Amino acid sequence: MLCANLKTETFGAGLLFSPRNFLSTPNPHRLASAVAREDEHLLVAAAKSGDATAFEELVSRYERKIFRLTMNITRNREDAEDAMQDAFLKSYSHLKTFQGDSRFYTWLVRIAANEALMRLRKRRPGQFSLDEPIEGDEDLMPRELQDWGPGPEQRFAQTEMREILSSVIDELEPDYRTVFVLRDIEELSTEETADALGISVPAVKSRLLRSRLKLRQKLDRYFKQGATN
Amino acid sequence: MNCQDLIQELSNFIDGELDAASKQELESHLKECTECKLVVDQTKKTVRLFCDSEPIELPGEVRNRLHNALRRKFKEAAH
Repeated sequence: MLCANLKTETFGAGLLFSPRNFLSTPNPHRLASAVAREDEHLLVAAAKSGDATAFEELVSRYERKIFRLTMNITRNREDAEDAMQDAFLKSYSHLKTFQGDSRFYTWLVRIAANEALMRLRKRRPGQFSLDEPIEGDEDLMPRELQDWGPGPEQRFAQTEMREILSSVIDELEPDYRTVFVLRDIEELSTEETADALGISVPAVKSRLLRSRLKLRQKLDRYFKQGATN
Repeated sequence: MNCQDLIQELSNFIDGELDAASKQELESHLKECTECKLVVDQTKKTVRLFCDSEPIELPGEVRNRLHNALRRKFKEAAH
């Protein structure tokens, strides 16, 4: 997983929130993901056998991440709240069908992504489709590259950085943004992302590459040496 | 490997999904090509900025609405 790989490198900054900002700074009270994973299956088993408290614990554990996901896909507060709530209600209704082939969280992300995409399509009918053909072998080589200097994350205050990241992800087309969010923010595998979105693995890879390059290019406006902060 | 080849393999490289021979070829190109090195470093930084983010706190009223809806659902299921 890329995120895990990159954590060994010395780089980082907190991200976004205002009504437009949906990512935030590191939370010292966050449950370590390894710990969360260890007992997740126990909570799921208890919830499946009718323990509502166990299900509510799962919701409390993942509600912020699912809200971030639905916000990042819909980019609309009202839609994101509704998509998040419906995702949890549906996951409860269908909990008995969860076979445990994947992590519960991955299953939940898939439900939430579909809820968010449904609302995005309603709000922007005909404007995007994940089934659209992938671009061919166009020239993807970035032009006029400029150094970002020793550390753009040190040149911007946290709130400023949040605004920048929110702004650039907002500019990304929904089909690219959705793939990027699932792969690089929610850390689903390529196969899980393809499965969640009902598209092929090559389509995920192609959109992920393009979304990463597009975001790099958009960040270049802010981070290149001599850019007006 | 030329610059276009590298860009096509960029995601596989930073995701650690290249086979050993391709990885070595790509790294040799990076030693000679300043532009590609910038692209690789900046793309890694881009991803890192986003993947390092933590979710925000859920606004209180949103959380209350969610948990009230869940409890209604639990009651329905119990009957």
